[in-house]
Amino acid sequence: MSDLNQNTLTQITNLIKTKKISSLEVTKFFIKNIEKAKKLNSFITTCFEKSLKDAKNFDSKKNYNGLLPGIPLAVKDLFCTKNIKTTAGSKILENFTPSYESSVTNNLWSEGAIILGKLNCDEFAMGSSNETSYFGNTINPIGKNLVPGGSSGGSASALAANLTPATIGTDTGGSIRQPASFTGTVGLKPTYGLCSRWGIVAFASSLDQAGPMTKNVEDCALLLEAMSGYDPKDSTSINKKKEKYSKNLNENVKGLKIGIPKEYRIDNMPKEIDNIWNKGIDILKKSGATIVDISLPHTNYALPTYYIVAPAEASSNLARYDGVKYGYRSKKGKNLIEMYENTRGEGFGREVKRRVLIGTYVLSSGYYDAYYLKAQKVRKLIKNDFDESFKKVDAILTPSTPSSAFKFGEKTNDPISMYLNDIFTVPVNLAGIPAISIPGGLDSKGYPMGLQLIGKALDEQTILNIALTMEKAINFKNSINRWWEN
Amino acid sequence: MVGKLMEKDKFNYFIKTEKNNWEVIIGLEVHAQVVSDSKLFSGSSTKFGGKPNTQVSLVDSAFPGMLPVINEYCIEQAVKTGLGLNAKINLDSIFDRKNYFYADLPAGYQISQYKNPIVGEGEINLDMPYGSKKIGIERLHLEQDAGKSIHDLSPDNTYVDLNRSGVALMEIVSKPDLRSPEEVNSYVKKLRSIMRYLGTCDGNMQEGSLRADVNVSVRKKGETKFGTRCEIKNVNSIKFMEMAIDSEAKRQVELLESGKSIDQETRLFDTKKKETRSMRSKEEAHDYRYFPDPDLLPLKIEKSFVDNLKKKLPELPDQKKDRYIKKFNLSPYEANVLVSEIDVSKFFEEVIKTADIKLAKNWIIVELFAVLNEKNIEIKNSPVTPKNLAILINQISSGNISGKIAKEVFDIMVKTGFSADKIIEDKGLKQQSNPEEIKKIIKKVLDKHSEKVSEYKSGKVKLFGFFIGEVMKISAGKANPKLVNEILKTELKK
Repeated sequence: MSDLNQNTLTQITNLIKTKKISSLEVTKFFIKNIEKAKKLNSFITTCFEKSLKDAKNFDSKKNYNGLLPGIPLAVKDLFCTKNIKTTAGSKILENFTPSYESSVTNNLWSEGAIILGKLNCDEFAMGSSNETSYFGNTINPIGKNLVPGGSSGGSASALAANLTPATIGTDTGGSIRQPASFTGTVGLKPTYGLCSRWGIVAFASSLDQAGPMTKNVEDCALLLEAMSGYDPKDSTSINKKKEKYSKNLNENVKGLKIGIPKEYRIDNMPKEIDNIWNKGIDILKKSGATIVDISLPHTNYALPTYYIVAPAEASSNLARYDGVKYGYRSKKGKNLIEMYENTRGEGFGREVKRRVLIGTYVLSSGYYDAYYLKAQKVRKLIKNDFDESFKKVDAILTPSTPSSAFKFGEKTNDPISMYLNDIFTVPVNLAGIPAISIPGGLDSKGYPMGLQLIGKALDEQTILNIALTMEKAINFKNSINRWWEN
Repeated sequence: MVGKLMEKDKFNYFIKTEKNNWEVIIGLEVHAQVVSDSKLFSGSSTKFGGKPNTQVSLVDSAFPGMLPVINEYCIEQAVKTGLGLNAKINLDSIFDRKNYFYADLPAGYQISQYKNPIVGEGEINLDMPYGSKKIGIERLHLEQDAGKSIHDLSPDNTYVDLNRSGVALMEIVSKPDLRSPEEVNSYVKKLRSIMRYLGTCDGNMQEGSLRADVNVSVRKKGETKFGTRCEIKNVNSIKFMEMAIDSEAKRQVELLESGKSIDQETRLFDTKKKETRSMRSKEEAHDYRYFPDPDLLPLKIEKSFVDNLKKKLPELPDQKKDRYIKKFNLSPYEANVLVSEIDVSKFFEEVIKTADIKLAKNWIIVELFAVLNEKNIEIKNSPVTPKNLAILINQISSGNISGKIAKEVFDIMVKTGFSADKIIEDKGLKQQSNPEEIKKIIKKVLDKHSEKVSEYKSGKVKLFGFFIGEVMKISAGKANPKLVNEILKTELKK
């Protein structure tokens, strides 16, 4: 058997299609990797019995028509999976097993994929380091003391450590792109409405979007194609024909105009990040693209806007976790109100409580206009900034994050500095447009740093093509020695 | 006619005290359940009376990751209702979340419409004894119903039934244009009638399909500024609404006349004590933290959609009333009685397909209503079907039976449900209209009472009635009275 640690999702797909390897062999390989990687704590739940059964079932049926034939995949524990525990990284859903399957994961299984397990994440996807998970820290394979980013930290960790050939995450303010950047992997946040939200535990409904996390751009196109698609069960889903991202993937960027927003050159940004950004610009120039200086004047307001809109929606979305119908219920309390207070007090972690409080506050009568309504207006301005820029350029290049992976505990007592991590990713969610993070290089510590390509709404193909071109030129290699297997 | 009535019956509902006449100002928020097989945002059934928690989807019970999808039919129903209220239809409207915690509210928020409702201002016309009066409609919006908490099954537990959770309601808010319990009675009945005509709300108050929050304030007669109002929550019968208003208005007047002020608050009507009591004060009022539901896009309706519904709108009570008056020559009173309930007008129109209009209207308003009232049943469950009533009326029109016999037949119809033909046949009640046969009976009577014939001929003409009675007795009431009259006259002249 070939060393699947060296293979991409696309390569494994071809190996299975050409019958060089069976789904069962691939599945067993990844199960072995997962079992040797307990130290990383990337998984909350594994379901190997089902994985092996599904793999055998696939091998006996030999239906290779799907995009992901017999491919074992682990997914973020924010996707509801039928008969498999779904926790959202929270104590309040510690023992919650859905009777239904999310539309996005259902799309994956329909394309032939089989489930390996559920990946760790920040509680209700609220966090940038995976440290808010009730199920403990997930380790970045890059270094024992490094966070994998968040909220899709378990997904990024498992992917970088090759515990799954690819994975999916969700991105509300950067939760796919930032962990991808921290782990030297590829992550794409699609246009809002491209992937169904049905069956994904909601954080902030107007911002949440599922997306692929992969080893390279080619895999990213393949997985995006598999997971996306119109869903009448989600009223915000976009009704359009499925794109063939894989087939249309190419390296022709000649004549494309790439915008460089001056507002993203922020104070105190490490020089190394600037260097990597400039390197990216050079690559694009050499590939025949034109670089255009642009301005996104309301960028400064993106973070405060996000931290009003997202908690507001979250405070309402999380009201359903009240101990009445499912999930954790406190045994303490003399009446209904006390039961609520104790259930939510004991069931939610600090960060979730912080955001529920912020959200409740900004929606309160007397404060609504000053906060929520104002934030919605600014959100429109931020979107207009992008709309204006995209009249001049085809895509925008920025760093993915203002720093590389940080250490555990480094920012836990300083929420603001934690929130600042999302400064380059958040505007994209507010505007509802797509963006991809690809590895741009390593910093002096040997930690990966990502570059972000932002595209027009529903123009994932263009940023995938640019990303592919840059990926070839950058030729990034993660230096991971599988230290956790000892 | 109307003018005359106005002179006769002047509006006169004031709370009268030694010092003042107090005017009562009332506004209503009616919650009307939309007629629809499935709920507002899920495919679950809305049928009444199902076993607890058997009509609940994952959306209705707010499971993680579940999303609402608007039921287009409910939108259509709301627009139709708006058109029926002569109201402005808002082509753009927004669904908001109204956030509060309660055990029977699974999501922790109710999806409703706050600042941008689907229907704007409209009006309803009331026929009051003192003339017609227009009541303004402020708005109509769509919202979900909550589930039901059941507190009395166990001393320690509350049970929750989510069958109602997510059922579509229309909240119809009136302007503060109502001035008496009678006007409220008339308003609710008219609103219900319009919605029944449209088929948008069945108006069944026992099943909770129609209930109202009643806003009451008082002011001295002649004042133009409104007083502080209290809201009486969730009153579920017209009778209770009238009682609640009367008692609440008197409470407010007593407070004001004793120099106290009214606290704006939410109150409940205690149906046993027949008075309102405080539920929560303004300070305790919920902060619902309304904001647009991000799971739902703003609702956009095409103008053509509205125009189409407008074209298909059925004839409404006011139009039907006008038509009845013009076309059938009915009095406004009669027309009103026949149109106020759609089932009555349907019954009437069915009968007059084959029977005489004048007889039909009288038989329905007098005889049939008496039976329905006595038995406390609705016209759609009437033991006498429209077809059978038409048959009976035709038997009268064609002279086969007299009005008196017809009443007998009708009573049997009520008891048995049989058709008039069958009863007349079985009981041999058909009118005797053969002149030879009638002549025979008359001769028999005149022979028997020859002395009285002499008295008649010598001038005691009053005896004519006696002879008629005797003839009818012998014929068991079946002899055609007109023929009896004619032949008797001829025979007595001989």
